[in-house]
Amino acid sequence: MELLWLIPAWPLLGFLILTCLAARLPRIMAGSVGVGSVGAAALTALLMAWDFLKHQPGRNAFTQHLWTWLDVAGLHLEIAFYLDALTLVMIIVITGVGFFIHLYSLGYMAHDQGYTRFFAYMNLFVAAMLVLVLADNLPLLYLGWEGVGLCSYLLIGFWYTDPANGYAARKAFVVTRVGDTAMAVGLFVLYNQLGTLQIQEVMQRAAAAWPAGSTMALLTALLLLGGAVGKSAQLPLQTWLPDAMAGPTPVSALIHAATMVTAGVYLIARTHGLFLLAPTALTITAVIGAATLLLAGFSALVQQDIKRVLAYSTISQLGYMFLALGVGAWSAAIFHLFTHAFFKALLFLGAGAVIHALGGEQDMSRMGGLKQKLPLTFWTFLAGAASLAALPLVTAGFYSKDLIIWQAFASPRGGLGFWFMAVAGALLTALYTFRMVLLTFTGPARTPVHHPPGLVMRLPLLVLAFLSLTAGFLETPHSLGHMRVFSGWLHTCLPEAGLAAGREAYEILFELLAGLAALCGIFGALRLYHPLAKSRYSLPESLRQYWIKGWGFDSLYDRLVVRPYIHLAQFNKNDFLDLFFVFLAWLAKTGHQTLAATQNGRLRSYAWGLGLGAAAIAAMVVLL
Amino acid sequence: MMESSWPILTILIFFPLLACLALVFVKTDHGARVLTLAAGIIELLLAMPLLHFDLASGGYQFVEKKDWMPDWGLSYYLGIDGISFLMVLLTVALLPLCVLCSWTYISKRVKEFHISLLLMVAACVGVFSALDFILFYIFWEAMLVPMFLLIAVWGGPDRRYASLKFFLYTLAGSTLLLVAIIALYWTGHTFSIPELAQKNYSFNFQIWVFLAMAIAFAIKVPMFPFHTWLPAAHVEAPTAGSVLLASVLLKMGAYGFLRLCLPLTPQASVYFAPMMIFISICSILYGGFVALGQKDMKKLIAYSSVAHMGFVTMGIFLFSLRGIEGALMVMLNHGITTGGLFMLVGAIYERSHSREISENLGLGKYLPAYMFFFGLFALSSLGFPGTNSFVGEALVLIGVFAKNGWVGAAIIPGVMLGAAYMLRLTQKLAWGEPPSAKGKSWKDLNFREWAYFTPLAVFVFYIGLAPGLTLRAIDPTLKELLHTFSAKTARKAVTMVMEPEKGLAGQNFETKLQPAVDERIGESR
Repeated sequence: MELLWLIPAWPLLGFLILTCLAARLPRIMAGSVGVGSVGAAALTALLMAWDFLKHQPGRNAFTQHLWTWLDVAGLHLEIAFYLDALTLVMIIVITGVGFFIHLYSLGYMAHDQGYTRFFAYMNLFVAAMLVLVLADNLPLLYLGWEGVGLCSYLLIGFWYTDPANGYAARKAFVVTRVGDTAMAVGLFVLYNQLGTLQIQEVMQRAAAAWPAGSTMALLTALLLLGGAVGKSAQLPLQTWLPDAMAGPTPVSALIHAATMVTAGVYLIARTHGLFLLAPTALTITAVIGAATLLLAGFSALVQQDIKRVLAYSTISQLGYMFLALGVGAWSAAIFHLFTHAFFKALLFLGAGAVIHALGGEQDMSRMGGLKQKLPLTFWTFLAGAASLAALPLVTAGFYSKDLIIWQAFASPRGGLGFWFMAVAGALLTALYTFRMVLLTFTGPARTPVHHPPGLVMRLPLLVLAFLSLTAGFLETPHSLGHMRVFSGWLHTCLPEAGLAAGREAYEILFELLAGLAALCGIFGALRLYHPLAKSRYSLPESLRQYWIKGWGFDSLYDRLVVRPYIHLAQFNKNDFLDLFFVFLAWLAKTGHQTLAATQNGRLRSYAWGLGLGAAAIAAMVVLL
Repeated sequence: MMESSWPILTILIFFPLLACLALVFVKTDHGARVLTLAAGIIELLLAMPLLHFDLASGGYQFVEKKDWMPDWGLSYYLGIDGISFLMVLLTVALLPLCVLCSWTYISKRVKEFHISLLLMVAACVGVFSALDFILFYIFWEAMLVPMFLLIAVWGGPDRRYASLKFFLYTLAGSTLLLVAIIALYWTGHTFSIPELAQKNYSFNFQIWVFLAMAIAFAIKVPMFPFHTWLPAAHVEAPTAGSVLLASVLLKMGAYGFLRLCLPLTPQASVYFAPMMIFISICSILYGGFVALGQKDMKKLIAYSSVAHMGFVTMGIFLFSLRGIEGALMVMLNHGITTGGLFMLVGAIYERSHSREISENLGLGKYLPAYMFFFGLFALSSLGFPGTNSFVGEALVLIGVFAKNGWVGAAIIPGVMLGAAYMLRLTQKLAWGEPPSAKGKSWKDLNFREWAYFTPLAVFVFYIGLAPGLTLRAIDPTLKELLHTFSAKTARKAVTMVMEPEKGLAGQNFETKLQPAVDERIGESR
């Protein structure tokens, strides 16, 4: 396990090679370095996992110290990595899915001018993401956190000749930075109160120092939640993610679906000890998650751009994870993170294959009929869609989402309200997912196919499709075999959710209802959007527009924050304080001119002056 | 205090002067450049023995003391501690970089330009190593002249206005500093700063001396609302002038606070701390906001300097080890990062002949290496973790939150503003297409430019990822400084203002914001 540091080091090395040699590197080499470094990291991660399972380290965790970052006045920070079951899941997802997305990019980006730069940024991203999940202390986590934000910024704005991409990139950075700042404040408060920033230590000391429900625990938990909400695009900071689709599609798959956006979920799970001390913060998390999953679901339903459907869908699925965290179903949240990484990456890559094939077309109303022309893409995409829609029994998404829906009701912190919202969300998910599938692949063809996907693009689709269907069998409910591999593993570092008294009896009933919701959604989509469907129901136009624009959050923020901000900045760009000093200079100059005017060399005015002065003095003498 | 046999500080001050003398005999422009570059490198090599600096000691090292005018208590007294150690190294290291970045930028009066540069460096090293108050003042004033010339002769179109503004502004402050020096001499009967620092002064006296010195330093830093000379000076100054201005000159104000205000007038410092912190908050927020609206790249960076220096003064007046260490780190890092940014603006100005953001768009495609460095320094400037500025800002913020959460909450928007204006600038520069066809023909960085950006970039990461060594150098000095400081302030010599038992540890700023302070000054009169 001493090789732990190698995992982030591989992609970092890849990044350094790609940046330093840049133009001198032939295309084929650049691609191999980019993909190879992540592949090496994935292999190392698997090796770590093997080693970890074989030698179960003490306290179920392994720490590796590299060097001392800061040591000043009682503030001791190490560059150190921490490996436990949660981290292990994360690094396997990041390097595994990351590898296949890199492989796919070889084909997708093959003709792009910024080929080397693309792989350099992607490698840097993977390195930063690995630092984030491996970090042993919060500042190092924050470094990774900001690092992934930076790479997201660079990759959203990857095609830099279009200024619109630059704006989307900046929006993503600034909006998430609002959350990041809350998180940074949280770190300062934590350090101030507890005197340490080492994550495990923080949780121990917090549990010792603060009683459950204390204000301090609530404050710090909320500040960290702020960071998580920004990064994971939850209400009210969700506006950046749909615009982030300006980046190349593999970027959306890796960063804005499988990995970076789940960092918020990871952060909350990682600091669960703190959140458990603040039940209010957990309730807020659950409410945010539930509200987000519905709002984003409605928005996904009306989008025309295939990538924007997927973006809103991602926000919605992250909402499920937040809901799970909020009700204390820690391992369920991570399990959904795990399966979501596979099927959402698959859907993005499939969408990418479609976009690639149609020469950059992203509007679903101009697609259609691709089922025959891109059969492999269709079938794999269908697998991903079924998983996203939680098609019962045969998909991974079913098992993970079903677990969340069940625990939203059954956990001691859950309730019927949360359950209802989760089920409604499931119905919505199935509806918009199959609307997307039907609009894209069925009906008449509207745009000719230019480049069908090559082998390097097909292979990742197949692998991810396989995982999207089967990864769920790691964890199945009581009624379906009761596999507990995943949660059994995670419970070495995360607490178990438990069930509220008297609710286990309903399990089968509630599962049936949830499965039914998904089926209803799929059926509804077939009725509404299938080319042969007779009934064409359309929403009122104003509502449709409202949902397309994501419930008007953008224009609200524009009016409330952006415009006043710009106004304020413009208002004083000339720095009015300088006027005072300009006035001083003016005073000196005018004084000079006034006095200089008296020295005009004319005898008559001198005589006048003399006379008036004498008169004034005389008057003063007399009067005083 | 360690005496040294090899007068290294004297050499560092006088070697540039010697190089000036040699420059007089150089005939060609190219010769002047090469000679100054060589002199800069030799100066840097001459400074290498400074690395023998004893990291464990908090006292003055490399001390040189000669009687100068004993009747007046004047002596030629030099020495450095952890604080000045870093500043001297920064100053000396910047000289060769400044020469390199002016290589093609300066084409008229080349010889005179380099003489001014060398004079600046000599005076700056002098300021940071002088331990005699008059000597300090001489260097302090001496540095104005070459800076004035750099702006007035090699500056932009509005150079006369800017240089005069710079000169008068700082001179006004220096005059007050001179008053303070004389007052201290009449009370303490010596000009030696270490000796003066050992004495105790009455509270009323401290108040007046502090005010006189603080205004001088606040102008230099510059603190809100005395900052308006800075944008004008920066915009007009040539690249090397801007670099020295931002990296070294601004640091002298903060250095003054640390070297003079805190040791000489500790109780007054505590008394005025709430006000200083209030002004620092204003600097951070105001600087950030004004930076956001700028169209001129240099002006934007100038206002960002105001904000960054607000972190420095904030850290100093926390009177805690973390705060002051953070302040020193921000000083050093601001020197590296903002220096780098000004060099980058200079490099693009040589291509586009404009500092307007709107005339330098879409460089990402045509100048990738340039944008790489720009992005790097911009990230550093906004305090990105892993870069140098993060260390300093984080330390200051930790110090602030340890003192008072509300002050911390007040400056958080400043941190966000930093991201907003720096990203706005970077985005406009990198994305899109150049406004004119000319932009497409610009060449990316050449070897000379790589040569001066690379060392700065290395330090961005070195200090960002392993700040240990740098912090070790300042640690003992600051511990000693704070130790004496807290001993003095805890003595309760003055009862009228200082609440009892409000030493270093128990400082509470909540109740003492500006209006309250003003009232109390009225009472104390």
